[in-house]
Amino acid sequence: MRPFKYTRVSDANAAARAVTANPNAEFLAGGTNILDLMKEDVERPNELVDLTRLNLADIKAGPNGGVTIGALAKNTDTANHPLIRKSYPLLTQAILAGASGQLRNMATNGGNLMQRTRCQYFYDTAMPCNKREPGTGCGAREGLNRIHAIFGWSEKCVATYPGDMANALYALEAQVRVRNASGRERSIPIVDFHRLPGDTPEKDNNLERGELIVAIDLPKSNFANNYYYLKVRDRASYAFALVAVAAALDMDGGRIRQARVVMGSVAHKPWRSREAEAALSGKPASEQTFRSASEAALAGAKPLAHNAYKIELGKRAVVRALMRAARLI
Amino acid sequence: MARYIGKEINRVDGVAKVTGRAKYAAEFRAPNLAYGFIVLGTVAKGTIKSIDTRDAEAAAGVIRIFTHLNAPKLGPKASHEQAPPRATEEQDKSFRALQSDRIFFNMQPVALVVAETYEQARYAARLVKVSYNAEKHTTDTEAVRDRGRFPSQGPPPKPRGNPEEAMKIAPVKIEAEYRIPIEHHNPMEPHAAVAVWQGDRLTMFDKSQEVYNVRKHLASSFNIPEANVQVISPYVGGAFGSSLRPNYYPALTAMAAREVRRPVKIVYTRTQMFTGHGHRPYTIQKVALGAERSGKLTAMVHEALHNTSTFEEFSDNTTGFTRQVYACPNLYAPQRITNTDLSTPTWMRAPGAVSGMFALESAMDELAYALKIDPLELRLINYAEKDPESGKPFSSKALRECYRLGAEKFGWKDRKFEPRSMRDGRLLVGWGTATGIWGAFQMPATARITFKANGTAHVASATSDIGPGTYTVITIIAAEYLGLKPEQVEFELGDSNFPRAPAQGGSWTTASVGSAVHGAALAITARLLEFANRDANSPLRGAAAADVEMLDGRLQLKNDTARFVNTAELMKRNGLGEITETFEAKPSQERRNYATLAHGAQFIEVKVDPDIGQVRVTRAIEVTACGRIINPKASHSQEIGGVVWGIGMALQEATEIDHRFGRIMNPNLQHYHVPVHADVHMIETIFVEEDDTVVNPLGVKGMGELGMVGIPAAIANAVFHATGKRIRDLPITPDKLL
Ligand SMILES: Cc1cc2nc3c(=O)[nH]c(=O)nc-3n(C[C@H](O)[C@H](O)[C@H](O)COP(=O)(O)OP(=O)(O)OC[C@H]3O[C@@H](n4cnc5c(N)ncnc54)[C@H](O)[C@@H]3O)c2cc1C
Ligand code: SF4
Repeated sequence: MRPFKYTRVSDANAAARAVTANPNAEFLAGGTNILDLMKEDVERPNELVDLTRLNLADIKAGPNGGVTIGALAKNTDTANHPLIRKSYPLLTQAILAGASGQLRNMATNGGNLMQRTRCQYFYDTAMPCNKREPGTGCGAREGLNRIHAIFGWSEKCVATYPGDMANALYALEAQVRVRNASGRERSIPIVDFHRLPGDTPEKDNNLERGELIVAIDLPKSNFANNYYYLKVRDRASYAFALVAVAAALDMDGGRIRQARVVMGSVAHKPWRSREAEAALSGKPASEQTFRSASEAALAGAKPLAHNAYKIELGKRAVVRALMRAARLI
Repeated sequence: MARYIGKEINRVDGVAKVTGRAKYAAEFRAPNLAYGFIVLGTVAKGTIKSIDTRDAEAAAGVIRIFTHLNAPKLGPKASHEQAPPRATEEQDKSFRALQSDRIFFNMQPVALVVAETYEQARYAARLVKVSYNAEKHTTDTEAVRDRGRFPSQGPPPKPRGNPEEAMKIAPVKIEAEYRIPIEHHNPMEPHAAVAVWQGDRLTMFDKSQEVYNVRKHLASSFNIPEANVQVISPYVGGAFGSSLRPNYYPALTAMAAREVRRPVKIVYTRTQMFTGHGHRPYTIQKVALGAERSGKLTAMVHEALHNTSTFEEFSDNTTGFTRQVYACPNLYAPQRITNTDLSTPTWMRAPGAVSGMFALESAMDELAYALKIDPLELRLINYAEKDPESGKPFSSKALRECYRLGAEKFGWKDRKFEPRSMRDGRLLVGWGTATGIWGAFQMPATARITFKANGTAHVASATSDIGPGTYTVITIIAAEYLGLKPEQVEFELGDSNFPRAPAQGGSWTTASVGSAVHGAALAITARLLEFANRDANSPLRGAAAADVEMLDGRLQLKNDTARFVNTAELMKRNGLGEITETFEAKPSQERRNYATLAHGAQFIEVKVDPDIGQVRVTRAIEVTACGRIINPKASHSQEIGGVVWGIGMALQEATEIDHRFGRIMNPNLQHYHVPVHADVHMIETIFVEEDDTVVNPLGVKGMGELGMVGIPAAIANAVFHATGKRIRDLPITPDKLL
């Protein structure tokens, strides 16, 4: 590891200030992603600002029937919190589909949103990668890209956002509350949190330099009864998704009042399909409806050399997740 | 009646392992220890143009940086470009690091940083800048498959009968091609070495499956007598073949230690392991089977090709067991290798056998479907009553009983023949079977026993215990034949100062080292009898060594245990504090008259979610016949581990290379998948014991590799039965089943 300075702060503003002041500083939360990346020499901060003492781990009822989750709450505690289990079971399912028990015990919600891609070229400093080192080229574009994006990629980068929790947060229309060095807070709707790679794949999301995630706000949800998080992967556990689907239905008897369909590991950000949602809204919950929604969901997909299977898999996963959400199977 | 052999006995080293008392290579300390970190190259072929070590040298704690420019030459035969060795002369052509500017494979070591701490060495390693004159490389075995050649060692393959003609006229035939990607062993413990020099004497703590081999390699590397080198490797955290060869890091560690005049330690990172110890090669196999309508095989053609490196020949003899598994008069089973710009492959658990049997046993399943004969029945129809290759009888072969028992336990008779005909709700259920086979090998091995008047014994042999439970099994054998309790026996291994033992590989350790310990125990018995019989009034007077046994402090007549002498008193009377016997056990002459093999039958149930291509191995019944079982507890562990390995090979494992760069792109456990607990469901392992008086005095055969041999094929066959899809390229990932 490269030498770095370790800074401990006790309030959020100080944390934001420290990282704003030093362009080579990074926040440290659970460390399950950033420390790995530092060992691989992919991330090279010269200062880590430790957030773990900040008082940002609460999970409590928010305004208007919502719930607020602290950025530093652990994944495990979040998934198992009674408020979450009761009102946002989709989130519980998504979190528990990720990583392993040990990792979830360390991982924080803020860190989870910020986790970086699992592209193999990103991890190997001997390989070209525009995300790691802008201008070096994209190793995966013409290389091994079985796990890469089918939506929204650019010639500069075809990586995916690999996480699970965020897929559920997209479906639940969460807001990410962030604070800057001067203590000002703003809320970013989760769909605007992560970015598409475009010409600047080095930027994963729309946080400003030094901005600290303090909380995730969940609005009141009508999706506590009909939901499903499906994760398809190469082994039964402890692997990132090939394709994931967060499906949530607001049902009126057998009819779908409102639907949310978000696919994971198919793009540089969780991929919410408004097309699929439109195809579901007002329709009866049936396999046929779900099939047309799945066609709509994958309609715009553009495969790379080795990941065309994600289109068919994505369709089937959408159908399966919706069938489960509707409790038809 | 055996007291310990055949009983479930806990690992004698278990407590040491779980409490951390057991020391693994990287845990040895030496005063003034310095740490090495290896810098890996980034091109697959070419030469090093320049190396800039200035920044690295200036980094904190750096003691010395070695490159090909300043590293001493290792050994008289370090050049990789000389002519291949003659068949008679086994030459150590293994890769040695930093010997020239030549790049043979990507992620080849190009520099070594030695520093005061590991972290400093690792950091400085990142500051070493290397530039290359890259040359066009070939890392894709597919691209050079037409350049396959027979390995130069061993005779060229000879057909049995006339396979070509037989194939032509066979009423039913199938032909298919199968592929296995490169795989890596990924033992839990990373390879590590600590080198300590005193003058020109070297002590090496290493992770090794054969300390004698490492000793020889180091002696030749430094041109010192073997007697000057001691290699110590008491515990190994899994190796699976990755420590059978010396690997490049021990010599590199010793070289650095000699130059900086301090002890040096090197530990591979997970990534460095991927080019630091070899791999299971990328294997392309073509199998053609011809049969009569009755199912009787009339022709078998099994051709295998896999990669080797440009500087060394390696073959895992993929088709070896094909010759011995089914009765068939016409057969051709050649093995070819082809050069690639990758590091040299090596043996990986069940080498050759599991790859070859994946192809052959998949093909047998395909034939069963072409014939519309139950796959198990087809195997019974072609059951080999004697060795089809040599015509010799088997020393023992309980495979038929394995099939019968396995089928019964599994409920095979309820299997519906047609693919996609069995279901569990939305899931497709598939049942598959395959045969496992492995050699009942024995290698020359030597053990030493020191029997003490206080009723304890010390046993030593330079074998290794990479996990199967060698510490325990040897303790059991010694206790059995010395008439002691296991806790009265101390067994030490993994030290080149101990009597010579073969590599722990080939599943031959218990047969080889166990036989040596058995022999040494009998020699102790005979010595004691000799002393006893010096006494004219000995109750054993006149007895021959074969008539007596040791038990609980007595030397007694086997068939009249009332006639005995007390061994402690006997030794005291003769002024003996202890007696030592060293015994070398060699394979018997009698073995030559027989074919000696171990067999198994595997029955697998998979449940496949056809919508999303997900396969779960929900049931595995594995019945193996491998002679006498000394310690059922550890033996079942071995077979269960074999099944789990089979699951990994069938469904998950693949080393991925980006051939544009000739570089392994998943050299880590996040991208290289092995089974996790959730992938492993019900596994039942059963032994059909064989009373084999030929294989060796203990009647034991190997089992560590046998347990995985048929599993990938049985899984692939079960997937076919479930889905109707025949996947011939491993691993069977969800995308292949959509
Ligand atoms: C082996 C393994 C398997 C995994 N499998 C999965 C999986 O299947 N699914 C899945 O979703 N995830 C998976 N993960 C990822 C894991 O969930 C993340 O590593 C974890 O959530 C990151 O949280 P952390 O608190 O440890 O973040 P850290 O590693 O501490 O930080 C990660 C990044 O977030 C930044 N950061 C942290 N907190 C804040 C904040 N409050 N505001 C702004 N920036 C912040 C840090 O600066 C850093 O850049 C896996 C990880 C590993 C190691
Ligand atoms: S896909 Fe993105 S992360 Fe991967 S190599 Fe290309 S630029 Fe880098």
